[in-house]
Amino acid sequence: MDKFTTLTGIAAPMPLINVDTDMIIPKQFLKTIKRSGLGVNLFDEMRYDDDGKEIPDFVLNKAQYRDAEILVAGDNFGCGSSREHAPWAIKDFGIRCVIAPSFADIFYNNCFKNGILPIALPQEQVDVLMKDAEKGSNARMMVDLEAQTVTSSDGEVFHFELDSFKKHCLMNGLDDIGLTMEKAASIDSFEAAAAQARPWV
Amino acid sequence: MSPKTLYDKIWDAHVAHEAEDGTCLLYIDRHLVHEVTSPQAFEGLRMAGRKVRAPEKTIAVPDHNVPTTAGREDPANMTEDSAIQVAALDKNAKDFGIHYYPVSDIRQGIVHIVGPEQGWTLPGMTVVCGDSHTATHGAFGALAHGIGTSEVEHVLATQTLIQKKSKNMKVEITGKLRPGVTAKDITLSVIGATGTAGGTGYVIEYCGEAIRDLSMEGRMTVCNMAIEGGARAGLIAPDEKTFEYCKDRPHAPKGAQWEAAMEWWKTLYSDDDADWDKVVTIKGEDIAPVVTWGTSPEDVLPITATVPAPTDFEGGKVGAAERSLDYMGLTPGTPLKEVEIDTVFIGSCTNGRIEDLRAAAAILKGKKIGVKRAMVVPGSGLVRAQAEEEGLADIFKEAGFEWRLAGCSMCLAMNPDQLQPGERCAATSNRNFEGRQGRGGRTHLMSPAMAAAAAITGRLTDVRELM
Repeated sequence: MDKFTTLTGIAAPMPLINVDTDMIIPKQFLKTIKRSGLGVNLFDEMRYDDDGKEIPDFVLNKAQYRDAEILVAGDNFGCGSSREHAPWAIKDFGIRCVIAPSFADIFYNNCFKNGILPIALPQEQVDVLMKDAEKGSNARMMVDLEAQTVTSSDGEVFHFELDSFKKHCLMNGLDDIGLTMEKAASIDSFEAAAAQARPWV
Repeated sequence: MSPKTLYDKIWDAHVAHEAEDGTCLLYIDRHLVHEVTSPQAFEGLRMAGRKVRAPEKTIAVPDHNVPTTAGREDPANMTEDSAIQVAALDKNAKDFGIHYYPVSDIRQGIVHIVGPEQGWTLPGMTVVCGDSHTATHGAFGALAHGIGTSEVEHVLATQTLIQKKSKNMKVEITGKLRPGVTAKDITLSVIGATGTAGGTGYVIEYCGEAIRDLSMEGRMTVCNMAIEGGARAGLIAPDEKTFEYCKDRPHAPKGAQWEAAMEWWKTLYSDDDADWDKVVTIKGEDIAPVVTWGTSPEDVLPITATVPAPTDFEGGKVGAAERSLDYMGLTPGTPLKEVEIDTVFIGSCTNGRIEDLRAAAAILKGKKIGVKRAMVVPGSGLVRAQAEEEGLADIFKEAGFEWRLAGCSMCLAMNPDQLQPGERCAATSNRNFEGRQGRGGRTHLMSPAMAAAAAITGRLTDVRELM
């Protein structure tokens, strides 16, 4: 997995609440058996018209946000389906960080498996960053995972919280399965004890 | 011993390792797998030269994108990309030696209907699947939740999941339900009250007289939509109804093992003095037959209400409601009962079980549909066979419904069953998101009885007027 340490980039504003994973990547793109190549279909139904032409008003179609690496969005981002195709599409587009007042549980976890940093901040702080993002490509935000801060283009610094284990894995690009395999002895002994206690399982 | 919730008890029985910071390896008893979220996980195993750690606890079934029309055993009758995913699941099931129900097997169906039906899902278990509606299995007092594909790979390889414990939330539905009110109305009403993020960070336990009174099918409907309320999982404590449902299922324990299991299962309830981080109480008698009007499952109103205006809301919801109303083509102030519909979809892991088909058929008996298209997609081949045996299939067909084979179908419209732009659907499924049932399609969620009523009149209808 790609490491995440710091990121300085353009932030795209998406002031919508309840952005669901069907919006992020509609189901017709779930028929792939690969993880890559989904960026072109990120937000497909909001981004393209029925003929497949770009809708100019959509934020990621605007010249100043085409290279966005950060997305600032409304409450409950990533709700709905568990499809990991959502973070795959976000990452493939080039976005490495999403900032919102809250995230849906499964999406939040899926981000960390793919080198994406989801940052939850209070609504009033997201409001400040949303306004900052609306300034366009000249306004670059800075994210520092080690320090757990987001800095607006005006230099205003916001501290965010996240789980220490998730932070450690993201900063070092660690493979979860490899880490768990190191604890195989614990799993073996649990399994043996459980087979005694609940043999019907 | 300190008092525990049901969630605490199941959690404690499954922690295989706990780190100093509270990060746990939770042991997984059942891993359900389908064709859409698993190919990349199996590919990951192959690349790393890893095996499935517990193939005997891993069950696969294709459901999401399989056609629900005749002849689907032949891949030539599937779209090419669907056929590739189904073929990949066939191969992965064979290569890794896991249990498998192909489309040609009568036991095939929606993964969350097949699991309980075959006795794979039992009280006190941990159950995961690469699908958010895994919450369904919580109806058995099993800790069940959806996971992403990376986590699917992690469970395949290690039979564990890296987890931190969620908080405990109690949702109590007191008293009795009124006539015409069903499990679907309960679960939608809870989401309407708490919002789609109201359960974020929690595991919900549903309790109270109205929940106890529900059948296992109804309880599955309630837990199924815990995810729509943002919760990691939904739970209902097992009782005699649960044990009765599980007994003699193909993979349920038998004989002495059954007795031993029962002994433990009977301890699976929340202690009276357990601590709850959040409590929501709703009176059963206050719940009406409801429908959704917008594009979020929290956009719930009684069928007797009118379409709301954006100004009825606050904060980010004002803009969201404006966008929803525009997408749904609705004008504030319109009585919901005047909203005309084109299509009716009865099915899905929320409402594709035998009791759901019975409820819809009871309304439809001797009637004809007044909509362009109506379809019933049973949740499994066995549900379908039972409905045929009970004469329900004939009622649906005589009313003008299409009688389909089992699968997820128009709930997420990955297969050819889709809405056209602007088409309006009364659906028994779980999500009314923009484009969910087809680009530009408009979805109103409701119970099977309400969907049947809408099929007859051609508009959103109060089922109580047809009872």
